[in-house]
Amino acid sequence: MLATLRHRLVENFVRWAVRVRTPEPSPIILTQRRVYVLPTLAGLSYGTALIVILLGAMNYNLSLGHALVFLLAGLGVVAILHTFRNLALLEISPGRCDPVFAGSTAQFALVMENHRPDPRTCLRVFVDADNPVEIDVGAQASTVALLPVSATQRGWLQVPRITIETSWPLGLVRAWSYVVPELTCLVYPAPAAKAPPLPWSSDTARGVSRDGRGADDFSGMRDHQAADSPRHIAWKSVARQYDGPLLTKLFSGATAQQVWLEWDALPEAMDVELRLSILTRWMLDADAAGHAWGLRIPGTRLAPDNGAGQLAAGLRALALFSHGSR
Amino acid sequence: MARANRPVSRRQAWWLLAGALAAFLPLTQQIPLWLALAAGAAFAWRAALTWRQWHLPPKWLLVLLVIAGTVGVFLQYRSIIGRTPGIALLVVFLALKLLELRAARDAIVTALLCYFLVLGQFLFTQTIPTALLSSLTVLITTATMLAASDDRPPPLMQLRRAGLMLAQAMPFMLLLFLLFPRVQGPLWGLPQDRYTAVSGISETMSPGSIAQLSQSDAIAFRVQFKGQVPPQSQLYWRGPVMPSFDGRTWSVRQTLAAYTEIPYAVSGPSVDYELTLEPNGKFWVFSLEMPGNLPADSALTADYQPITRQIVRNRLRYTQRAWPETLAGLNESRAVLRDALALPAGGNPRVRALADDWRRRHGDDGAAILATAQEFFNRQLLIYTLNPPLLGPDMIDEFLFDTKRGFCEHFAAAFVYALRAAGVPARVVAGYQGGEVNPVDGYLVVRQYDAHAWTEAWIAGRGWVRIDPTAISAPSRINSNLAAAVPAGEELPFLARTDMSWVRELRYRLDAVTNGWNQWVLGYNPQKQRDFLAGLGLGEPDWRSMTAALAVLCGLVLLSLTGWVLRNRMRVDPAVLAWRKFTRHLEAHGVAWHNWEGPQAFAERAAAQVPAHAQVIHDIAALYARLRYAPRPSPQDLLTLRQRIGEFRL
Repeated sequence: MLATLRHRLVENFVRWAVRVRTPEPSPIILTQRRVYVLPTLAGLSYGTALIVILLGAMNYNLSLGHALVFLLAGLGVVAILHTFRNLALLEISPGRCDPVFAGSTAQFALVMENHRPDPRTCLRVFVDADNPVEIDVGAQASTVALLPVSATQRGWLQVPRITIETSWPLGLVRAWSYVVPELTCLVYPAPAAKAPPLPWSSDTARGVSRDGRGADDFSGMRDHQAADSPRHIAWKSVARQYDGPLLTKLFSGATAQQVWLEWDALPEAMDVELRLSILTRWMLDADAAGHAWGLRIPGTRLAPDNGAGQLAAGLRALALFSHGSR
Repeated sequence: MARANRPVSRRQAWWLLAGALAAFLPLTQQIPLWLALAAGAAFAWRAALTWRQWHLPPKWLLVLLVIAGTVGVFLQYRSIIGRTPGIALLVVFLALKLLELRAARDAIVTALLCYFLVLGQFLFTQTIPTALLSSLTVLITTATMLAASDDRPPPLMQLRRAGLMLAQAMPFMLLLFLLFPRVQGPLWGLPQDRYTAVSGISETMSPGSIAQLSQSDAIAFRVQFKGQVPPQSQLYWRGPVMPSFDGRTWSVRQTLAAYTEIPYAVSGPSVDYELTLEPNGKFWVFSLEMPGNLPADSALTADYQPITRQIVRNRLRYTQRAWPETLAGLNESRAVLRDALALPAGGNPRVRALADDWRRRHGDDGAAILATAQEFFNRQLLIYTLNPPLLGPDMIDEFLFDTKRGFCEHFAAAFVYALRAAGVPARVVAGYQGGEVNPVDGYLVVRQYDAHAWTEAWIAGRGWVRIDPTAISAPSRINSNLAAAVPAGEELPFLARTDMSWVRELRYRLDAVTNGWNQWVLGYNPQKQRDFLAGLGLGEPDWRSMTAALAVLCGLVLLSLTGWVLRNRMRVDPAVLAWRKFTRHLEAHGVAWHNWEGPQAFAERAAAQVPAHAQVIHDIAALYARLRYAPRPSPQDLLTLRQRIGEFRL
């Protein structure tokens, strides 16, 4: 009951605190108006101790006791200022965020920039309070904080509300602020654990290129992968060494082997997400095998190619696939 | 909070140990030896734990130790509340807390315990060295708290930061100290152990009791005269008046306060002064004879002895006007006079015979008897000494006729006894005589070795007349000081000696500093606060005006500190500011500037859209580019840029 009330109060406060349009345009500067300060539990005990000391000093007419309690009170005020200063006017800009597959953890990079000639110490940055990232930002320097957020759904993942807090130097007060930077992460569909073999069409599977160039300009070998055609396994080299790994012969030429990854290659009744996840698996396998692959899904068509650029484009298309585009 | 649960690191453990030691060491003399040793063992254990990275002792063991410590303290003091037992308990807790440093939370608790112990130390002593030592403790404890937050910086850095923060806290301390409305303690019943035995004049006087005080150079009170310091021979600081005598011991009247107003008419010249009385553990307040007004909460006894309502447990300060030539007790009550004639039956036959002789010669003429008595004392050639021989049952007789050696209490007792035997009302007055002016700050310092006893006799038409029988035999005691009066070779307290001038010089300086400390720091009580603030022109300061002034001044300090906090805002290049103004103006007319756009590119675009102003736009962009990107931008360009942008109108 009390917990729910507290939760609601906190939520209301947060809604009020983050009253700007979100996500906020960068760079975000933590101006003094958006840095909040409250005593911590330690701060409250400190205050209580001061009151007890003051009462003792009054009761026993201890002038030095008064001096002590006043000094400590001043120290408390100074601690508030220092803690506030540790956070105020910090500049935050979104960094890069590499795409991830659904089910794994996205790492949002936040660039914290300190324009002051002295360092900011012990800042905690977190999305959920149980996993804070502790960083220091040097004098007139910047530090990148990597915030892990678990990615559950494919598509764009907007970074959730981020809390930045500090209780440095004395731990008596906590200064904190909320930011919602414009920082998104592309989440690819999770690759299916079990997928049918690559959908070789009759002409491409034979290794005959469309432009007629031969596909057997041998260029090297690498570890065998499940999607590689068994015909390309380097049996001779496997036979040479006992218990050695399977190797796959590589052939030069982008169009050495070509495969079309098609939406329609999968059964009509299959769930969209499952289809996407199988397509993802195929794409990864084809890329790993070094095949040139093309993608045909409703609304998107990628010409066969291979390499990192092709893979990124393909995965992006799958990640952002929506039913409407059919 | 996750942070409060983080385990204490090794460095933090060392810091906590250092803070605890700094708080504990000054208290070792105030707590029983067994506790000091036990706490020392716990600290050593802590050090070993940290050094060897052993496991912390199990919880049940700590609980047992806490119980053992508490029981030990109880057995020692038969109580666990009050000053000393309380501090002993705090030491127990601190020592054991160090053995269960599990989380950062424990570090804060330890630091707070250290602060409490600093306060505890002030219960025993508040001298300047104590203050310096405690400042060090507070510094270390604060550094410990810093380390509890961030243990990476090296020790010196932590101390420096702690020092910086404490220095920033100083203005608040000063303001709060001066302006925080003070309350006169105690707030609740004061534990009886607040003050232990204090040496000073007691309620009774028997042979040797004042001579004993002459061995102490503790300060009884300090006096600041407004105007000239009266001559030494007039400095009679009236204290307990003792009319009752049981044959050996003189004592004060049992019924105390009688007059809340001065019962006699003052006359003659007056002396103004402010007296700062050290705690004496009695009801005594001292004043120069005869006081014209009484300190707050005090009264006069029937014997004109000023007393307070409450035992003087704190340093007390009051201003007084004394009237040395006042005739007091012109119409003295019969009861008081009867008491001033009472003698125990029998004993001291020789004095009684002598007194009978005086009475036969002079009848009821008190003044004549008094003169005869003084003459007699003068003739006896009595010797003033700190080491009088022991006296038997007829001590007055023995002193006057046989041993002839005594200290002031012997002189006073014998004189009063003789007068009473001759039918003249008389009584013993104890107090202090003289004092020493400190040339550094001009305060007259009266020490325990200035304790003295003299007499008063009641003469019809003149009231109570002061006679100092010691002065008859040893005038130098009254005119200069104790050292001049006692025979050479008698042992005197170090400070009463007059032969080492440089020591005296040093002592004067030290004492002036101590006095300033006492007056301004330790003696800053509600009264002093009001006087001080009134002196600053705060009118009639009460808690409201004090709080208001406090709020305003603390606010100002806070503001200036906040200025420092936000001092390092990014300084925006004034050229950028001017440029923003320029682009805003253009944007209002439909040419928006994109912040990725260079000045020249933007100028091209803008000029194309507003061809009428193309030249000006190009000029401004060129100026701006020069200011931003040239190796050494000239201040002249900035002025021109501002001017051009100021004049720019579409």
